[in-house]
Amino acid sequence: MWINNSNIVTDTVKTAVEVIKKQDTSWIMHHVLDARELDFSPFGVIHLPQIHLFGIDISITKHVIFMWLAVVILIVTFFIVARSYKKSLIPRGITNLTEVFIVFVRDEIARPTIGKGNEIFLPYLLTAFFFILTCNFLGLIPYGSTATSNIAVTATLATISFVVIQVGGMMKNGFFGYFKGMIPHGIPIWLLPIMFVVEILGLFTKPFALAIRLFANMTAGHIVILALLGLIIILHTYIIVPVSIPFALFIYLLEIFFSLLQAYIFTMLSSLFIGMAVHQEH
Amino acid sequence: MDFAHLAAGFGAALTVIGGAFGIGKLASSAMEASGRQPEAAGDIRTSMIIAAALIESISLFALVICILLALK
Repeated sequence: MWINNSNIVTDTVKTAVEVIKKQDTSWIMHHVLDARELDFSPFGVIHLPQIHLFGIDISITKHVIFMWLAVVILIVTFFIVARSYKKSLIPRGITNLTEVFIVFVRDEIARPTIGKGNEIFLPYLLTAFFFILTCNFLGLIPYGSTATSNIAVTATLATISFVVIQVGGMMKNGFFGYFKGMIPHGIPIWLLPIMFVVEILGLFTKPFALAIRLFANMTAGHIVILALLGLIIILHTYIIVPVSIPFALFIYLLEIFFSLLQAYIFTMLSSLFIGMAVHQEH
Repeated sequence: MDFAHLAAGFGAALTVIGGAFGIGKLASSAMEASGRQPEAAGDIRTSMIIAAALIESISLFALVICILLALK
């Protein structure tokens, strides 16, 4: 009666909004995006060289360093694996583990989708699979960053897939035979222009979807983990900790699964498109 | 009156509804098929995972647009 109740709800909402607006959540994007320095936060910061060549910015950034790290890891691993095959055909140790993945890519990905001529495309598919896998896993270790959460990296991988698909299709069917084979037989003649446009558009949207799928999956996983852990910081309490940490741990385990899955899906879809381009069974 | 953040949240929620509905239907028919023919469970599981990743990629297209909106 003597308390004015009419503004309680709006006042509470306004204070809550102001508290949340004052929180600085730019650190979430800072951890996800590319940066020009390696940030080992409490210990120090390594500034990376910035190189400008003919007006194009090709400075070394965090994602570049982690891509090079993935390349070094892969080269060392596969040198060891190749050399151990010279000693004996029975794999032991790391050769055994790598052979499981290589045989998996050959038997489950390349053979069912490409069929007869799959040995030619197998080096590219294996490279894509292991590179994406290593880049994804490097993002999960502390102080690591995912190179494949950069749209430029995934767009490059998708462009390389695109080139492999077109060159593979054109070498098998001839330059004009490839385009002729894209259109199914036995359709009415007035449908021909539309079918042609649709097929040409489809040539470009499929690698575009590959790039966006890999980029969005990797970025979204990291943002969800950072947002869940950031709840503790934003709400300024300890009460949220028993909820936030187990959820973040669960999403972290899910991210390990998604890293493997996205490498598999990228390789599988690339191989499917190669198979569709090489054996045009329309 | 900046509606970008509101649109981002709303769009993300709608996308999740569509994606979850599609993957739920997919998982239910996969379970049914595995129950009907347990020998094909391995093949069904592989196809299910591939289809789930493809459906999920559609909802991630929308997520990218929502992130672009929210960061505007």
